Amino acid sequence: MSDITKQSLTELVENIKNKKLSSTDVTKAFIERAEQSKELNTYITEDFTSALDKAKKFDQKPNLDLKLPGIPMAVKDLFCTKDVKTTAGSKILNNFVPTYESTVTENIWKEGAILLGKLNCDEFAMGSSNETSFFGNVQNPIDKDLVPGGSSGGSASAVAGQLTPITIGTDTGGSIRQPASFTGTVGLKPTYGSCSRYGIVAFASSLDQAGPMAQNVKDCALLQEVISTYDSKDSTSIDFKRNQYSKELTNNIKGKKIGIPKEYRVDGMPKEIEDLWQKGIQYIKDCGAQTIDISLPHTSYALPTYYIVAPAEASSNLARYDGVKYGFRAEGENLIDMYEKTRSEGFGAEVQRRIMIGTYVLSSGYYDAYYLKAQKVRKLIKNDFDEAYKKVDAILTPSTPSSAFKIGEKTNDPVSMYLNDIFTVPVNLAGLPGISIPAGHDSKGYPLGLQIIGKAFDEQNILNIAFALEEKINFKNKITDWWIK
Amino acid sequence: MSKKNSEYLINRKDNQYEVVIGLEVHAQVLSESKLFSTSATKFGAEPNTQVSLVDAAFPGMLPVINEFCVKQAIKTGIGLNAKINKRSVFDRKNYFYADLPQGYQISQFKDPIVGEGKVILDMPDGQKEVGIERLHLEQDAGKSIHDLDPQNTFVDLNRSGVALMEIVSKPDLRSPDEVSAYIKKLRSIMRYLGTCDGNMQEGSLRADVNVSVRAKGSKEFGTRCEIKNVNSIKFMQMAIEYEANRQVDLIEEGKSIDQETRLFDTKKNETRSMRSKEDAHDYRYFPDPDLLPLEVSDEFVNELKNNIPELPDDKKKRFIDEFKLSPYEATILVSDIDTAKYFEEVVAKMGKNKDMKLAVNWITGELFAVLNNKNLEISQSPVSAKNLAILVNLIKNGTISGKIAKTVFELMLDGDKDPQKIIEEKGLKQQSDPKAIEALIDKIINDNREKAIEYKQGKEKLFGFFVGQAMKASGGKANPQLINEILKKKLQ
Repeated sequence: MSDITKQSLTELVENIKNKKLSSTDVTKAFIERAEQSKELNTYITEDFTSALDKAKKFDQKPNLDLKLPGIPMAVKDLFCTKDVKTTAGSKILNNFVPTYESTVTENIWKEGAILLGKLNCDEFAMGSSNETSFFGNVQNPIDKDLVPGGSSGGSASAVAGQLTPITIGTDTGGSIRQPASFTGTVGLKPTYGSCSRYGIVAFASSLDQAGPMAQNVKDCALLQEVISTYDSKDSTSIDFKRNQYSKELTNNIKGKKIGIPKEYRVDGMPKEIEDLWQKGIQYIKDCGAQTIDISLPHTSYALPTYYIVAPAEASSNLARYDGVKYGFRAEGENLIDMYEKTRSEGFGAEVQRRIMIGTYVLSSGYYDAYYLKAQKVRKLIKNDFDEAYKKVDAILTPSTPSSAFKIGEKTNDPVSMYLNDIFTVPVNLAGLPGISIPAGHDSKGYPLGLQIIGKAFDEQNILNIAFALEEKINFKNKITDWWIK
Repeated sequence: MSKKNSEYLINRKDNQYEVVIGLEVHAQVLSESKLFSTSATKFGAEPNTQVSLVDAAFPGMLPVINEFCVKQAIKTGIGLNAKINKRSVFDRKNYFYADLPQGYQISQFKDPIVGEGKVILDMPDGQKEVGIERLHLEQDAGKSIHDLDPQNTFVDLNRSGVALMEIVSKPDLRSPDEVSAYIKKLRSIMRYLGTCDGNMQEGSLRADVNVSVRAKGSKEFGTRCEIKNVNSIKFMQMAIEYEANRQVDLIEEGKSIDQETRLFDTKKNETRSMRSKEDAHDYRYFPDPDLLPLEVSDEFVNELKNNIPELPDDKKKRFIDEFKLSPYEATILVSDIDTAKYFEEVVAKMGKNKDMKLAVNWITGELFAVLNNKNLEISQSPVSAKNLAILVNLIKNGTISGKIAKTVFELMLDGDKDPQKIIEEKGLKQQSDPKAIEALIDKIINDNREKAIEYKQGKEKLFGFFVGQAMKASGGKANPQLINEILKKKLQ
């Protein structure tokens, strides 16, 4: 079956359950395609031999009651995987092999899935183009020398390029939704507290959240159902009643009220994005739902707020990478010298930039002006959403202010790079769920995404809206396999 | 508060200086596991055998608060008569060091779990109240070992993440003696509560000492210096004495005092500058985003309040009221929970017809002397409370004399023997049969007629001679009171 890798997760599960395909067939097919796709540079670590062994073992005694029976998949290299190298895209963890498994990946393996390997990402998830990875940039399957977005760039590229049927990423300021948008795939950032952060290399603890990435909304719902569990090992994990997202998925969104925030109509936004948004509004109406103009007045403060809060937390979270206990160590004449050399050689430029910003905003004399002020603004941003949700059930916005850009185009202009996250960042600051679905193409044929933002813990609702829109939009990703010779 | 007699002042020519001291005590929470991980906390384990992935700060590891440690901190707060804050926040204190795996210590900065409180000190010339500023929970760091290898530093993370309570006093202390009394009182309260074992040798209790001086009568505080990490009361007192004199000398020379952190060198008995205010770390405190604010309900706090054991101050009051002890005796007996326990057990075992004074004297006299000699804690006493109670009762009911009792006590030390058995075996029972004693005395008078005549003629000193002879004849067992009475009658 040459078209195995073209199948969605739902189809693969179906075929394995009906014994039309074995786990070995599926695993082999994805490995084969990965072997042909080295140019995309999606993998940091391949675990193919082990994956095939696990697939064979699964086939000997298949448990078809599982949600992901014998399904091979690769995961972002920010999730700690037992006995498999975990780098976070950084030189400083280049040799780090965890002795433990993250809760989210543990949940996945418990449902029968098999690890193919670890996917490329921006270093410590800091980036919007996957260009900050120590392991090199990732190619977008859409076109040569196009960034896949970031930080879950390897994950998005792998799903779009059909190197893995599904994957998981992490989203601190848009790191799932923006690359999903750039690659024509679906990515969900769940409510903060929905998926355990245990065993995920931390970037900014109050914003980080793991989430599913897939070719369609249904696959995304199924994976969310698997990964979202309450976990006592994460103090910020929330014990709420989780839906059977894939089973309860419906395209009936009649009577739903969808907010359209005027502040997301930003200066200089390409007309193509505005048109896409209008198209989305029309589809919402076609589905029997209603759109309502709303205001989220503090939106313009979200990006600066984010670029204080996230680096502040990161500067502290990354202090543990000091060359003492594990990971890369540069020799030094004394302790301080060793620290300085280890961290300046071990971290890339963007990570160093953010550590410095974070250290600065927490410094005595600046704390009140930056960090404390940012926390106050963060509260106001959350209040904006709380107010809006008194009137609407969900909010529709573009996912990004532009389509994917060329590799190298923005590397020397961090602010323009940061502006990529303008529509996604407020969602993280407010701890809300958001999903990006592919909704059209720009004039260059590059995919564009729409974002649906929900109330806290209301993943089912935004999945349903996404499901309904997906049907109307009937998006076809243009993957030409340009990298396969 | 007035205590003119024992006022601690530093005198220079015409000037007198008062010393102002505040303490930051670090007390290790008595708990099987660490503040944010499940690793064990046993003292003296092999290096790096009590370290979890969380303690060593592996990527993706997260802290989870240990509820027991929270309870211990609240109990301690209650013991310090302090305000319990229903909402407190854990902050990160950021700095780099090899024995600090996370690169930050989780502590409480702006919102501690316990607010203002007070403790009462029993000083020789009366009581003194010392204010508590706050108590907060924090993680201990690991240990760097520099002297095992000429080139390398070794790191032991067993202590990394162990729960500490930092108890900050107000600058209310005025002398090394008050500091000693304060530390002992804190230790006593925490040992009563079972929240800290107070073992200073093992580092369970140590303190940063803030010292400043000012002209006697001045209301302004002088510039203070902080002496870091002093781990015995004796060293604290020595450090304060040295530091206060150093500061006074500077003032006398017309120089100013720099606010700085200093170290106490126990070998040279001096404090040395560690870092100045300008070099002070910027710890970049901010709320730990891995932990939600700690919120405790009224029920949670009340439940703990209702189960607080009787504390030293209340116990002392009760000992005075119920057992008619002097304040001095009561203070000695309640100062350590094990002593109080021992005393109360003796009281209980003595039964109805008890002699409290006698019991107190035996505990604070003979027993304390033995413990001191053998360097034992009262919990390791070779004589059980039960057997001591029996011994005291035997004296009280006249079975043995106080003198014989000392002999019996000596014998009890070997294997906590029952004093009654010793008395039986050794035939030490007091002779209290008046007829037998009369017969004995008759014989002595008969044998020493000349002396009896001399006595009757006025040589009263000889009375002692007859008593001695009677005692000797009875092998020391005759009831001395009866001997006295009968002798007096016979020699009239």
